[in-house]
Amino acid sequence: MKALVVERNVPRFAAARLASAFGSGRGAGIGPLRLLDATPPPVPGEGWHHLRPLLSGICGSDLATLDGRSSRSFEDIVSFPFVPGHEVVGVLDDGGTDRAGRALAPGTRVVIEPVLGCVPRHIMPPCAACGSGHTGLCANVAFGRLAPGLQTGFCADTGGGWSTAGLVAHASQIHPVPPSFTDEDAVMVEPTACAVHAALAGQVAPGDVVAVIGAGALGLLTVSALGHLVRPGTRCTVVVGARHPHQRRTAEQLGADSVVDPDHLARAVRRSVGSLVLGGRLTGGADVVFDCVGSAESLSQALALVRPHGRVVMVGMPAKVDVDLAPLWQREVALVGAYAYGIEQSPAPGGAERRTFDLALELVEQAGLGRLVSATYPLDRYEEALAHAGAAGRRGAVRVAFDLRHPKGRTR
Amino acid sequence: MSPRPGFVLEVDRSTPPTLFWHGERFRLERLPEGSRVIYAPEPLEPLADPSVAIREALDSPLGGQEPLRTLLRPGMRLTIAFDDVSLPLPPMERPDIRQLVIEEVLDLAADAGVDDVELIVALALHRRMTEPELRHALGDRIYDAFAPNGLLSQHDAEDPDALVHLGCTDQGEDVEINRRAAESDLLVYVNINLVTMDGGHKSVATGLASYRSLRHHHNPETMRQSRSFMDQHRSELHSSNWRMGKLIAESGVNVFQIETTLNNDTFPSPFGFLQKREWEWGVRDRLGFLAASKVLDRTPAGTARQVFHRVRAPHRMTSVQAGEVEAVHARTTENVWRQQGVTVEGQTDILTMGLPYISPYNVNSILNPILVACLGLGYLFNLYRGRPLVREGGVLIMSHPTAWEFDPVHHPSYIDFFEEVLSQSTDPTVVAERFEASFATDPWYIHLYRTGHAYHGVHPFYMWYWCAHALDHLGAVIVVGGDPAAVHRLGFRAASTLTDALEMATDVVGRDPSLTHLHTPPLLMADVQ
Repeated sequence: MKALVVERNVPRFAAARLASAFGSGRGAGIGPLRLLDATPPPVPGEGWHHLRPLLSGICGSDLATLDGRSSRSFEDIVSFPFVPGHEVVGVLDDGGTDRAGRALAPGTRVVIEPVLGCVPRHIMPPCAACGSGHTGLCANVAFGRLAPGLQTGFCADTGGGWSTAGLVAHASQIHPVPPSFTDEDAVMVEPTACAVHAALAGQVAPGDVVAVIGAGALGLLTVSALGHLVRPGTRCTVVVGARHPHQRRTAEQLGADSVVDPDHLARAVRRSVGSLVLGGRLTGGADVVFDCVGSAESLSQALALVRPHGRVVMVGMPAKVDVDLAPLWQREVALVGAYAYGIEQSPAPGGAERRTFDLALELVEQAGLGRLVSATYPLDRYEEALAHAGAAGRRGAVRVAFDLRHPKGRTR
Repeated sequence: MSPRPGFVLEVDRSTPPTLFWHGERFRLERLPEGSRVIYAPEPLEPLADPSVAIREALDSPLGGQEPLRTLLRPGMRLTIAFDDVSLPLPPMERPDIRQLVIEEVLDLAADAGVDDVELIVALALHRRMTEPELRHALGDRIYDAFAPNGLLSQHDAEDPDALVHLGCTDQGEDVEINRRAAESDLLVYVNINLVTMDGGHKSVATGLASYRSLRHHHNPETMRQSRSFMDQHRSELHSSNWRMGKLIAESGVNVFQIETTLNNDTFPSPFGFLQKREWEWGVRDRLGFLAASKVLDRTPAGTARQVFHRVRAPHRMTSVQAGEVEAVHARTTENVWRQQGVTVEGQTDILTMGLPYISPYNVNSILNPILVACLGLGYLFNLYRGRPLVREGGVLIMSHPTAWEFDPVHHPSYIDFFEEVLSQSTDPTVVAERFEASFATDPWYIHLYRTGHAYHGVHPFYMWYWCAHALDHLGAVIVVGGDPAAVHRLGFRAASTLTDALEMATDVVGRDPSLTHLHTPPLLMADVQ
């Protein structure tokens, strides 16, 4: 059995950072990631189960970590060595229980909600965030019975999805997959949950003009969440900046009202809101902007697009950026983060609270989001896989994943 | 020797390749045997002394109008409106006809002791002219006498204080025009009638109107019912303008119309080969063509564009008419036909044309894809009387690079129209219903139109509406040498070569189609029998 393992190796991180200047994922061969023989991780305690991964996605945060570009603020909430892979669909070969306490038969397909909050850490009473269901904001991700790690896939004790040796998941993390789901559908549930959380964090109001910067997987899923979850009860106009033809087509299919080249996004937003232009900045602007990239350029663009008293939601994982925040100050713009998931106020009028993952499971089925899995690779071709994922847009892909279903692997 | 009339050549084995304009470049294309090439008449002899002719026209007006000098009196309010930078094409060598005519009118006004005189550029929804363009059109003397004193203005179709609503026609069409012009004791309108579409009641009813007024005749239905715009009596565009013109007259607006015609001496001597028929090219023409082609092929498109926009046409005046609007325009139309008319027997399956770098709406600017469509389908397609040159269901093949390129200063709303509107529909009716209002009332476009040098926000819609008749009539439009992405956005098909385009056309018109090439510019009007 094999696993891709990230070790704390400063020279290798530095080499990966240098190589990533030629493209994200290009430094996989010289970076901190290595393919090693592996054994299944031990179960850390009661309520934990072994999981055999089927598919595991490659996320932008994985790439940022492997490129050595992620923020140093994460250093204390990860533990080495760890096996990446937090977007996972797998099989409980020995059965188990789910977060509702229901028994699951051996062979049940499940997805995991990878946040490692107070419950999997056996911390009682839970912190205020976990107590209210907002597990993504857990205050104890470095404490309790587990090594530090904000999620499965960043924790030395749990293993991760990029492994044929499997990983361990706590019952509170486990969601059974409906039989109608393909494995591709299932592996998209976790990123879809992120997008659902982001879309609802936008607090979109009726009549709003919403701009989405970035049409990678997270951007497209955010568009889908806006189109399927928010808009049915809150009529709004969604304008998307997408660079590549397949991104444009997909954004339109997922519910965007208007899809334009990113360079044209300001013009499209201006047209939608009818504002004037001053010094390259809109005098009005979009009511809500979703930055699904997380770079200095995208954040600057978001601040140039949003109206006074508007809202910018950071969906893509940022690192240290150099951005002129004067417009944010002068125009009283709200800049909010949208990380992971937890519990949401259902967007339907008078709607009850729902787990983000439950909403995501519904959305994946409703919008057929499994089609966004564009290519899969076996573990031993991880360098190709990461290079493909790093250039997904240019290469006509949305989500690239490791396929762990076949001993010899396959690609498509 | 008198100038030769227009000519229809039948291509045979001995016919040399035919010159096609291709934006800022040229292509020589060998047309299939049996094809027809329509050549414009040679330039008419110009008036020996334009100033004398102008004075005579002002003293002997048509249609029962009093001589201009008798209409002028001290204390009156006189307004002189004139055509903007969209005419003539290319801009003519100095002195511009507008300068010659307005100088004569001002001399008469000065003799009569008229003090309250203002000049207005009849922009309609076009961009404002720049100072150099105004100086070119009017001459420095007029410009310096009027502009610094605020007596030279550019019509602002979005200034509610500068407009007056005169009423509605019997068809319910709003007539709202420039207040200064409407409230003057006399409105003199100075036209350059490059084609038969120009002038008549269209001068005031369009050139000095607001969007509220223009929308009644600048719409897809009117354009479809104008067959063609160049034939006033079969043009709903003109019918609407004529109804408005009558209402303007009934409202007490006293219009003294001056119309002028030009010969089609369009390009200066270095480009003399453009004025000639290919088999008559001499050594100098061949060398001129070779030199121009070689230089242009090695010149970046932007630089070549700048070179061409510096070209000043040696157009010369062939007639001037003054007086009552309809009588003047009838005489003008005859004179335009005298220069441009060519009799053509029967229609064709395929019509080919080479599009130049310029249209009325990109003087000193870029011929963007929407203007390419308008130039081909709106203007050149409509250069007919009787029936279109190409049969219904036939194919139009245009040669132009059709770059995905826009001038953000002159054509800001065009960029959004191309991205936002044509990406969703190319049907003029759908486009009008779904998008026109939001562009027409967009405050940013209005701001740029009023204070910068931008065409009005609704202008790209009008360009697209100009194409409505051709879009309905044609079976396919193919652009040779165009940027495929831009061509597809227009709803057309792209071909690398004329040979490929002809092969593609057979899908629509069958094998062994008839082919006619419209050899312009210089401009011609086909009288299709």
